[in-house]
Amino acid sequence: MENKNIYVPYKMKIEKVTEEAPFVKTFRLKFMNDEDAEKFDFRTGQFGEYSVYGEGESTFCIASAPTRKGYIECTFREAGRVTKALANLGEDDIIGFRGPYGNIFPIDEWKGKNLLFIAGGIALPPMRSVIWNCLDLRENFKDVTILYGARSVADLVYKHELKEWEERPDVKLVTTVDPGGETPEWNGKVGFVPTVLSEIAPSSENTIAIVCGPPIMIKYTFPVLEKLGFTDENIFTTLENRMKCGFGKCGRCNVGKVFVCKDGPVFTLKQMKELPAEY
Amino acid sequence: MEIVNKLLDKSALSALIERLSKSGKEVYAPVKENGITDFAKVDTIDKIDFDCITTIQSAKSLVFPRVENILSYKKTSEDIVVKNVDITAFPEVVALGTRPCDAAGFIPLDAIFCTDNADEIFNARLKKLTVISISCKKADEYCFCTSVNGNPGNTTGSDILFTEISDSTYFAEIVSEKGKAILDTNTDLFKDTAAIDKTPHLAEVKQEFTAEAINEKLNTLFESDIWDKQSMRCVGCGACAYVCPACGCFDIQDENKGNKGIRHRCWDSCGFGLFTLHTSGHNPREKQSQRWRQRIFHKFSYQPVQQKQFGCVGCGRCSRACPADMNIAEHLKEIAVN
Repeated sequence: MENKNIYVPYKMKIEKVTEEAPFVKTFRLKFMNDEDAEKFDFRTGQFGEYSVYGEGESTFCIASAPTRKGYIECTFREAGRVTKALANLGEDDIIGFRGPYGNIFPIDEWKGKNLLFIAGGIALPPMRSVIWNCLDLRENFKDVTILYGARSVADLVYKHELKEWEERPDVKLVTTVDPGGETPEWNGKVGFVPTVLSEIAPSSENTIAIVCGPPIMIKYTFPVLEKLGFTDENIFTTLENRMKCGFGKCGRCNVGKVFVCKDGPVFTLKQMKELPAEY
Repeated sequence: MEIVNKLLDKSALSALIERLSKSGKEVYAPVKENGITDFAKVDTIDKIDFDCITTIQSAKSLVFPRVENILSYKKTSEDIVVKNVDITAFPEVVALGTRPCDAAGFIPLDAIFCTDNADEIFNARLKKLTVISISCKKADEYCFCTSVNGNPGNTTGSDILFTEISDSTYFAEIVSEKGKAILDTNTDLFKDTAAIDKTPHLAEVKQEFTAEAINEKLNTLFESDIWDKQSMRCVGCGACAYVCPACGCFDIQDENKGNKGIRHRCWDSCGFGLFTLHTSGHNPREKQSQRWRQRIFHKFSYQPVQQKQFGCVGCGRCSRACPADMNIAEHLKEIAVN
């Protein structure tokens, strides 16, 4: 009998654990049931509910790209009850996963355009999925610029991948840390993301900006983008309201006439401006 | 289905309840205990409180229990076995003596749980529920069904609606197939009749505003001091949401005992500060006035767009339950004339 209980998660095995930064880990997850693996499909921008039985569920994006088949990855910071329990797990442990939920980054519509990714701190994971998705389809896009900032050098996640992006001739990577967060060896920039963005002043011509970060970073980044000439339709972000169900029933991610889980999490600045600022 | 009109003697109602109960259905009706009337399981007519205006709690727990399992699990040293909820084990339930507002409340709940991703657990309970309502011959100062598209003799959401037309007789309107199934197995208890004008037998509830007017006013009221003013005394206890027949917000939590446990969902409320609190400490609705505004907007502005339903049936339970004496009907009226 087909299982139609929408609250029952897939069973996933933790295949690999990567320590990204203090209290930040990435899990590579594999479906334990081959049929589930076969049926499962997602697109970049979507998220899921990850569960530790006995502790509960936690919401994060799928941090891997749909072009990388056979597994999904999630990156999380130890912060609450569930993420602390997740952090205590290791390779071969079993967790639950429900998803994929939500809408997507419309990368098909971005063909032939320049892409400007702007991320802060632990908000690189949702961006990483779309970055890799676009880099795996590199010929579809023109210039790719990634601006990534964190509080300190230690807080930068995906250090190995940052290096990979830095070395790619077809990617322009700019990394920055907040003033005081630098180390003697640091050769990136020092300054807050919005400030560094005005400094490097990328052209808005034929360019899509994708912004992801803490509310305070987002708040100061949008005006800089507007100054650079980006229109509201060409600025994308992904919202992270508190969620439980993931499909528009439990009520907590309701903002105005939308549910972040069902109608988002990806929104353009134009769409965000039509919502009450309850995110 | 076209409504079938019948008459039912009160003595026949007693027989009907006993037959339903004996046939294996669980019959829930308003029962007064320690001065409080709420829905409880009955097998005879004796305990039913026919006089109460509304029960304290709505009838929603019959399809959306306050706490219910959504799965269970068992951990072994190398595996976790997850067990689905056995929806076939849910009982057939008859809600008897619901008020027309209670019955109408199942419609927005159904819309929440069944829009887009149908919730199988909720659906299974709803499918096994038959709603036999009784029209209101009394109302109190908190009732405002007529202002939100309802009325004391409204059939919406009911499978059968009884209206007391004399001390010994109910006028019965068989509204749905489920109602018809009960009629068909108990034809001897019902008598034929032509349609009867119920109006003289119904409570009078004055219409003070319309749901549509509230909906329109809200378009320009998001940034208004009315929310601060109205919610000044709100203590954020969430009682309004718990007693509301149309509130469907819930939380999901795990309860672990040793190597096994359950995952349950339980009622929640947009009136609670924790409802929207992010792990980072950021809270999109950090003030009580923003949460009160959400309650009103959700019911009168968002739900009509999301689910084509208003989220209020005018039962007045929230006002009766409020420890700070906030009266939703008064507040809505204030919004309507703003």
